[in-house]
Amino acid sequence: MENVLSIITFLPAVAALILALFLRGEDAAAQRNAKWVALLATSATFLLSLTVLIGFDPANTDMQFVEQYGWILGLNYKMGVDGISVMFVMLTTFLMPITIAACWDVQHRTKEYMIAFLLLETLMLGVFCALDLVLFYLFFEAGLIPMFLIIGIWGGKERIYAAFKFFLYTFLGSVLMLVAMIYMYVDAGTTDIPTLMKHTFASETLAIGGFHILGGVQTLLFLAFFASFAVKMPMWPVHTWLPDAHVQAPTAGSVILAAVLLKMGGYGFLRFSLPMFPVGSDVLAPLVLWMSAIAIVYASLVALAQQDMKKLIAYSSVAHMGYVTMGIFTANQQGVDGAMFQMISHGFISGALFLCVGVIYDRMHTRDIDAFGGLVIRMPAYALIFLFFTMSNVGLPGTSGFIGEFLTLVGIFQVNTWVAVVATSGVIFSAAYGLYLYRKVVLGDLVKEALKSITDMTLRERAIFAPLVVMTLLLGIYPVLVTDIIGPSVEALLTNYKAALPVIADVAEAATH
Amino acid sequence: MATIILLAPLVGALICGFGWRFIGEKAAQVFTTSMIFLAAALSWVIFVTFDGETQHIHLLTWIQSGSLDTEWAIRLDRLTAIMLVVVNSVSALVHLYSFGYMAHDENWHEGEHYKARFFAYLSFFTFAMLTLITSDNLVQMFFGWEGVGVASYLLIGFYYRKPSANAAAMKAFVVNRVGDFGFALGICGLFFLTDSIRFDDIFAAGPQLAETSVTFLWTEWNAANLIGVLLFIGAMGKSAQLGLHTWLPDAMEGPTPVSALIHAATMVTAGVFLVCRMSPIYEYAPDAKTLIVVLGATTAFFAATVGLVQNDIKRVIAYSTCSQLGYMFVAAGTGVYSVAMFHLFTHAFFKAMLFLGAGSVIHATHHEQDMRNYGGLRKKIPVTFWAMMIGTLAITGVGIPLTHYGFAGFLSKDAVIESAYVGSQYAFWLLVVAACFTSFYSWRLMFLTFYGESRAQGHGHDDHGHGHGHGHGHGHGHDHGHAAAAHGHADHAHADHGHDDHGHHEPHESPAVMLIPLGVLALGAMFSGMLWYNVFFGDETKVREWFGMEQAAGGHGAEGDHAAAPAEDGHAAAPASAENAAVAAEGDHAAVAATEGHAAEADAHAAPAGDATAAHVAAVAPKGAIYLGADNHMIHEAHNVPKWVKVSPFIAMLIGFATAWLFYIKNPSLPKRLAAAQRPLYQFLLNKWYFDELYNAIFVIPTKWLGRFLWQKGDGKVIDGSINGLAMGFIPLVTRLVNRAQSGYIFHYAFAMVLGIAALVTWMSLSGGAH
Repeated sequence: MENVLSIITFLPAVAALILALFLRGEDAAAQRNAKWVALLATSATFLLSLTVLIGFDPANTDMQFVEQYGWILGLNYKMGVDGISVMFVMLTTFLMPITIAACWDVQHRTKEYMIAFLLLETLMLGVFCALDLVLFYLFFEAGLIPMFLIIGIWGGKERIYAAFKFFLYTFLGSVLMLVAMIYMYVDAGTTDIPTLMKHTFASETLAIGGFHILGGVQTLLFLAFFASFAVKMPMWPVHTWLPDAHVQAPTAGSVILAAVLLKMGGYGFLRFSLPMFPVGSDVLAPLVLWMSAIAIVYASLVALAQQDMKKLIAYSSVAHMGYVTMGIFTANQQGVDGAMFQMISHGFISGALFLCVGVIYDRMHTRDIDAFGGLVIRMPAYALIFLFFTMSNVGLPGTSGFIGEFLTLVGIFQVNTWVAVVATSGVIFSAAYGLYLYRKVVLGDLVKEALKSITDMTLRERAIFAPLVVMTLLLGIYPVLVTDIIGPSVEALLTNYKAALPVIADVAEAATH
Repeated sequence: MATIILLAPLVGALICGFGWRFIGEKAAQVFTTSMIFLAAALSWVIFVTFDGETQHIHLLTWIQSGSLDTEWAIRLDRLTAIMLVVVNSVSALVHLYSFGYMAHDENWHEGEHYKARFFAYLSFFTFAMLTLITSDNLVQMFFGWEGVGVASYLLIGFYYRKPSANAAAMKAFVVNRVGDFGFALGICGLFFLTDSIRFDDIFAAGPQLAETSVTFLWTEWNAANLIGVLLFIGAMGKSAQLGLHTWLPDAMEGPTPVSALIHAATMVTAGVFLVCRMSPIYEYAPDAKTLIVVLGATTAFFAATVGLVQNDIKRVIAYSTCSQLGYMFVAAGTGVYSVAMFHLFTHAFFKAMLFLGAGSVIHATHHEQDMRNYGGLRKKIPVTFWAMMIGTLAITGVGIPLTHYGFAGFLSKDAVIESAYVGSQYAFWLLVVAACFTSFYSWRLMFLTFYGESRAQGHGHDDHGHGHGHGHGHGHGHDHGHAAAAHGHADHAHADHGHDDHGHHEPHESPAVMLIPLGVLALGAMFSGMLWYNVFFGDETKVREWFGMEQAAGGHGAEGDHAAAPAEDGHAAAPASAENAAVAAEGDHAAVAATEGHAAEADAHAAPAGDATAAHVAAVAPKGAIYLGADNHMIHEAHNVPKWVKVSPFIAMLIGFATAWLFYIKNPSLPKRLAAAQRPLYQFLLNKWYFDELYNAIFVIPTKWLGRFLWQKGDGKVIDGSINGLAMGFIPLVTRLVNRAQSGYIFHYAFAMVLGIAALVTWMSLSGGAH
């Protein structure tokens, strides 16, 4: 199957189309059918994506499974994966069936809900597979729409505000990225991503209105992309959309938002920023490192002050994404490996944590921490699962959460010990807010009347968590499964990056003359 | 065999924790306990037959990234062998003891299953502790390090209904994380400096690190010292040293067997183990060692002072543990790692026994923990009394001065104090004073508990009740038929334990499953010191041989061979590792020669070999479980301290005993009068030097405030404020849309977005066509 990537990418969209065209009615049978179609489609996508993983040759650092066709108006349709993007493809296809299963109880406009998720999967996979600038941009921006709808239609009370905040933040960044893309196309004469990765953009110092811009065009291009990716991550201080979006989003929406959508920013840094603008990256790396360190501490402190379970976990996500951006911009093997690993691992763990909130939200219809307490007494299985993912989130060795955090810290220590110390202090705060949440919600005596009849997790709920537990443990104990695949690609990326850098010395020298 | 030892507790924990529903609670308990006994038996086999050669057993690759190569592996050397015995023996006995101790627990309602969970946690802890001590690299050690932290968290918070237990569990985890913060930085630093986290590579790099300076934060550091300090921060957290000790006393919220296993014998000694394990680095980090000595000695003194006035029996022992850990650090910091391990080893026996004994007392008095309500228990629970007596004799260091005959603590503690005398006068004096205090609070505990008249309130008249807040058993309404008289201790007793034949508050001796572990540990407390004195703190040759080290180039062939010492300094350039690097066979030969006392002959082999291979010495790790630098003659010198130094801890012990006797036997009103006369001092000690209050004021409250501030002002006002302002300024249209927005409009906006993107694509394609 030479076009397996296209099949994987568009299979969910086809299912969505079938739902839209052929499924009529709002009765229970129609709802059930919609859910089953969605579950089957996403499961089939996952199974197909396994063939990509099996057929993938980690030692080959070029793009694999490449397909290329002419498209409308002289544009190219080009897909392909390397060791970095293949992991994101797997993460997405793995999580989608779980997500669909997690929203089994949705009553309101079930068909449209399923269509939104199926389209979202297509667009997310498209982002990770696209090897053409325009194609990438289409997927990247269009991905906003289903998420925007999921929050705006199936969300909580303040959903409109949250949806618009989400939209405004991300869209403003995208406009800058678009301008940069047009410049790149004009400069390099192509929209082919692998070609652009080899293209050298001008990095001579620019003087604009008396300002000397070190790294010149590359720095400007970097900033334009940064505006978009930093919002997506989200990095401090453009993170404030995330807690609102999470709080208003339905559980399944939160899962996908945290687990996959946030990773697009990190993927963008690795696919565009580092390889295409190495000089720009190098010039601004110290700034990004500090922003990351601040994000870790700042978001952790804010998490400590939260009363809403989802907000607390959302801020925890911001902190964890701080490790990712920090790892990426250490630009050494451990740092970038760690950032990749952290993104994959965070996909499982944060997804699971939002599902944990969903479990009790479905029962009590509140996310207020104070409304709970003593759940362990009536929900021992839930207590165990929640504890497991709390500990993973805290970065306990033996779970996947540790590997990413540890590697990025090893990476940053080689670059900047100040940032390393600030970032490492995150391990203390994460323990504090994680255990605080757990203690308030799960431990203690069960005294609240409303909770006295709460029931433990159903079989379906347990089945949803099972694969997440397995992956979190498996990757924590045997992380080579991931690092073997990403390692060579990251190494190649860094080799090219470092090869492009000696220029910077000349640039700096030129600037001083 | 080591692999079986490592995995048996894990299998036990998993089957017990998840399988008890299928095999039954009792079977689960028996299964997991037998797995630990298996591990313990195998550990003793390894301990006795171990030949000193370090073995590596690869299990599985772990984290691999660039040059970072981590594996799951077992390192088997003398340090591991000692710890295996300590951990598995104590764990096995604690498992056995828990059969009795946890049989009836008033914290649980009828029909709640807690026993299998308790045993699973205990076994999981044992597994984590074993991965820590068998680790062949720092990262796996960190796995065990955090793993025991989690187990400790789970067990301290075992009574999850109690808010105080939950708070204590969280405190333990978070404070430990502060230590782990240092540990993690130390690991990162070592990787940065040596490009490896494997022990062998790190150890080989010791001399190099001593020569390297590294920029860390604001200034240049000596690499070895920096790493030493960072790793010690980790050790401080785990071993509850001054500054990071606040979690240990609170950890007594956990069931008493947990305190014995985790918070006395094993987990809290992990810090000492870490320092000993990293001896090839610490030998090159004099400043870090000084820090360890000073902090260790201060902790020993501080904790002992607090222990003087505590009334909760478990807290007294907890502070005692904290204090004894300080002793171990002093030994490690002065460079006599074998003595640190010696005290760790003996302490595990007598302290575990003191805790289990205290548990037996608590069990006997129906969960009374306040010593002011004990008294006169000697006759009522004689076996427990004698066990506690042996433990007290051991911890206070009773023995025959100037000989090697005495209880375990006599030999190991005196060894620490003698080493301290050579290393640091500050540490020496603090330790001697602490020894006096140790003796005082230990005897105070004995006298208050077992001697005098019974002070148990409600003795025969239930209506007195208890004013000291037992949060358990009150009116839970279980079918023991005494819910009405819920406040009377003895009522709990005879109902819970079925002693219906006597209707008064008679304390009762514990069952055999609890007494047998006490007996075994008592044997350890009596004889472990004498049995293993020579290999831990005998003459240096024996110690070196036992730990698998090369003999010192000059070799203290026999004790008192003092003349060799100065001569040896001349050969400092040929450290033990050099011989090893050159020709292993020859090195072995030299070792044998030195053992036989032919120091000169050994020298002849060693010196040229060392010179010839000086270039690649750095590439090979020093042989053996611990490493002593070329100019480290501490063991030798510690044997030659003046006689008054050797006798001083004994005298301090006598003074402590006499004072305790005076205070609590001869004239029991004296303590109250003294406390009244010295009110501020008494309050200061009773409130543990106000550490908790201080930390609350300077860390906890400001952190919470900062969190709220950043959220409301930072996120709310500054970021959202300016971004909203920006958005409103630039796109007033959007504001209007937002105001009118309802869910029905959403599709319109989405449609508008699609249109916008379509327009952009069209524009790009057209301009592309034009290009």
